[in-house]
Amino acid sequence: MGYHWNWAVLLAPTPSGGVTYLDWLLSGLKVTVALSLSSWILALVLGSIMGVLRTVPNRWLSGIASAYVEIFRNIPLLVQLFIWYFVLPELLPVGIGTAFKQLDPMLQQFLSAWICLGFFTSARVCEQVRAGIGSLPRGQKSAALALGFTLPQTYRFVLVPMAFRLIVPPLTSEFLNIFKNSAVCSTIGLLELAAQGRQLVDYTAQAYESFIAVTLLYVLINVVVMVAMRKVEERTRVPGYMGGK
Amino acid sequence: MYEFDWSSIPGALPFLWRGMCISLEITLTAIGVGILWGTLLALMRLSKLRVLGWFAAGYVNLFRSVPLVMVLLWFFLIVPQLLEKLLGLPPGSDARLSSAIVGFALFESAYYSEIIRAGIQSVPKGQASAAYALGMTYGQAMQLVILPQAFRNMVPLLLTQAIILFQDTSLVYVSALADFFGAAYKVGDRDGRLVELLLFAGAVYFVICYSASLLVKRFQKGTSA
Repeated sequence: MGYHWNWAVLLAPTPSGGVTYLDWLLSGLKVTVALSLSSWILALVLGSIMGVLRTVPNRWLSGIASAYVEIFRNIPLLVQLFIWYFVLPELLPVGIGTAFKQLDPMLQQFLSAWICLGFFTSARVCEQVRAGIGSLPRGQKSAALALGFTLPQTYRFVLVPMAFRLIVPPLTSEFLNIFKNSAVCSTIGLLELAAQGRQLVDYTAQAYESFIAVTLLYVLINVVVMVAMRKVEERTRVPGYMGGK
Repeated sequence: MYEFDWSSIPGALPFLWRGMCISLEITLTAIGVGILWGTLLALMRLSKLRVLGWFAAGYVNLFRSVPLVMVLLWFFLIVPQLLEKLLGLPPGSDARLSSAIVGFALFESAYYSEIIRAGIQSVPKGQASAAYALGMTYGQAMQLVILPQAFRNMVPLLLTQAIILFQDTSLVYVSALADFFGAAYKVGDRDGRLVELLLFAGAVYFVICYSASLLVKRFQKGTSA
């Protein structure tokens, strides 16, 4: 076929000067990684709080937490992203809304994407935390309470630490998902990896090279995360459980 | 305070409905292809022929490590050109939309194949041995003994995946297919009422997916009891 392969295009300078097309891809990679990691932290914090709330013996609190999960699980990520980015600034009190709109556009996109991915993933983390706490033998909670721990102490010192060690494998797949989901944020103009790849096609018309490079970078992220998480898994495994030593 | 104006929605309902039909069409196509192709992939992955196993593992791992947005862009921007050149189609014969749907279905198949593989592995080994002992061929054993039991175990997971898949269809937005979300965005953009239309779209997705997930839950209780 008549396609003109030209991998050297990656090293060619961009029209804006000073940098090569490869630098574009790498800066996109940086945004993807920064966005995913920061959203992951937000998701872990919110998800753990909500996951604990879902299991507490209080109907109001667990009801709120389960409504939270249902809302974030049943609306597509893209719709959520557009709501955070286009709708929320309009609904906020005028002062805050305008302040947000006067920010650097890149920062606006990043903030919306960060909050969106964080909340979206937190609902999934919440379900894992709940499942983890639910899978613990009942005796653990009873024993802690019998030892005179208050309920918050029981969660803090017994249930949550154990639950987290049990749910490392499913959390790994959520962690991988957050990197993949971050590609959705290219739709609001955030220049992350997928968006940079598309931009490269627009500028150079070397579609194959660009898309192959971007795809490989995503695969690379995946491999790195999996290897890292396997290490974490080995270290946190609970002796005596399935897969434990 | 923002003043809501929902007046552009009633007039746009037929257009939005057409979008919803496209979303459902993509969903159903992807479920159909996903279950068929996913079953084949799962069988390949479990087969004794190493080459087939490697192919299936490579396919599933590749699709599972790439974002759906990237897959859709591949199939929207690149595959149609490739096909045009390979098959000598006249340029301008627009294969982009069907290509995007195919890409979507191929992507979801990878996820279905993992569910189906787990389902097949959940059937006790003795079932296969018994089928072979009765003189069944591989095809018969799979078709008559293993797969029916496997699918029965998988139904809740397959349905849950279908709900996720329905939500994923909104991403065909990147490929200019006018699905429900694309339609809502267009109307909102046209009338300067993006806020209302986006909230409306979110509410519609929520109602559909939440009721579907309740149905799945009820169904699950019915079968496990």
